[in-house]
Amino acid sequence: MRRPFIAALAELARREPRVLLLTADLGFSVLETFAEEFGGRFFNVGVAEQNLVGVATGLAEAGFVPFTYTIASFASMRPYEFIRNGPVAHRLRVRVIGVGGGFDYGPAGFTHHALEDVGILRTDPGITVVAPADAAQAVAALRATWDLPRPVYYRLSKDGEDPLPGLDGRFELGRAQLVSDGTDIVMIAMGGAAFEAAAAVELLAARGVSCALAVVSSFNPPPAGDLAEIMARFPVALTVEHHFRAGGVGSLACEVVAERGIACRVVRCAVDGGPDAAVGSGGFLIARHGLDREALAGRAIAALGPARS
Amino acid sequence: MTGAGRVNGLAIRRIVLEQSNRAHVGHIGSALSVADVLAALYGPVLRIPAPDDPERDRFILSKGHAALALFAALHLRGWLSREQLDTYCGDGTLLGVHPERELAGVDFSTGSLGLGLSFAAGAALGARLADSPRRAFVLLSDAECNEGSTWEAVMFAAHHRLSNLFALVDENRQQALGYTRDVLDLSPLEERWAAFGWDARTVDGHDADAIAAAIADAEHRSDRPHVLVCRTVFGKGVSFMEGMIKWHYSPLSPQEFADAMREIEAG
Repeated sequence: MRRPFIAALAELARREPRVLLLTADLGFSVLETFAEEFGGRFFNVGVAEQNLVGVATGLAEAGFVPFTYTIASFASMRPYEFIRNGPVAHRLRVRVIGVGGGFDYGPAGFTHHALEDVGILRTDPGITVVAPADAAQAVAALRATWDLPRPVYYRLSKDGEDPLPGLDGRFELGRAQLVSDGTDIVMIAMGGAAFEAAAAVELLAARGVSCALAVVSSFNPPPAGDLAEIMARFPVALTVEHHFRAGGVGSLACEVVAERGIACRVVRCAVDGGPDAAVGSGGFLIARHGLDREALAGRAIAALGPARS
Repeated sequence: MTGAGRVNGLAIRRIVLEQSNRAHVGHIGSALSVADVLAALYGPVLRIPAPDDPERDRFILSKGHAALALFAALHLRGWLSREQLDTYCGDGTLLGVHPERELAGVDFSTGSLGLGLSFAAGAALGARLADSPRRAFVLLSDAECNEGSTWEAVMFAAHHRLSNLFALVDENRQQALGYTRDVLDLSPLEERWAAFGWDARTVDGHDADAIAAAIADAEHRSDRPHVLVCRTVFGKGVSFMEGMIKWHYSPLSPQEFADAMREIEAG
């Protein structure tokens, strides 16, 4: 996802001279072509995430649209106070790209796993949070949000350029996208977690359960209206995210259900437990936390009750 | 007299004491410490035709807790009315203990220490990219050099030779809970900045003319970013505040206010 996103950013930069790209010394094999084409508009600030956002703040005040690039856990946490007191407080066009949401940097270990970035950032209504499901949606999200007059956080998947069937690159800020419909239960997935959720939907179909799938790819504004409408149709909604249980799409779904009095039970499928020292591939870690297709299908069937199991 | 000519250290100190007393708010010592630095900046140094002129020099009070001295300077320049000044620390005002950029004349909000130099480096880089002659000025406290983020920005500015960036460090040698030499020794401050690649000088921080002259000289002296270590006295002008830790936070009693005003007027 990151490569098509940066390619789209380069395309944007060709016609929009305000666009700049800054990295905190990450992006090997991803940023080189942008750097070569836009030498004077690309800056590697070194391993210094606070200054990355601070400099971007000063640039944005001067009218530029700086994109900052680093791994999602670094992008969202080390400079959080700079994001809050910089572009959020000043309502400036700083775009924070966090690459590798969830377990994308699986073997790199806990420091590289971004499991609370959406929760941290969506707490503040002054920053738009975007977590695209696939590359086409990421590109659509970039085109729709790059010039918003407030900061934006993009939680991008590291790899994976396959399209999510049924999404067709759709993105609309503040809206959820229904990818496939169903009649028994619904899964609501955040960003790239939609792929395992879609596979779980297929497993469920083979077992006679009709499961709808919706994608939530934007927060602030949250797609509360769409979620309310979708969840009102089902007795149970499974939220699926590569994120800690609190703060992400599961929390958002619970907020919507509680605030609107919707008769839908929310089952949050998310990362549980404290720091996990185990490393491995993203797929391994997703399964370890019960977020793989088999586990999701099992939780859906269990949630529907004995009649279905 | 109007505009820049009205900005001087005594006039700033007078407002700092009056407003601190009226609002019964502290941070007086820090504001008195930077009064003459701000007199230099808002007198001859900063090129600000109007607070909303996009080509104005940018100024960031990174040691935001001295905001009252900045408000005083903005008032003396004619950009902040007496009525606005008199809302200092009242309910619903934009004039709090730290500067808020929604107030005309304030370019960046600050308060949390260690933010300002990065903002200023971005402002300086932005001016360069826009091919603009505008400059970026930032006033830091010496204790703010405890913050690691300050040194991230120091390195960045030096690497990119941001010669349109001017940092002024208020070296009053004390911080909230003690003297800097006891809390986290910063000396030798000028040499540390110079070692990181800055054009560094030390100047009497209570001599506004010397500060202005040093900035004018620095502009032509080096293609590196410039830092002036301004040697100051915390609480300058009020004998019972000078060098006293308690005046980082303490507000004035009526008697202390009267004594302080008498002292600054006597010079």
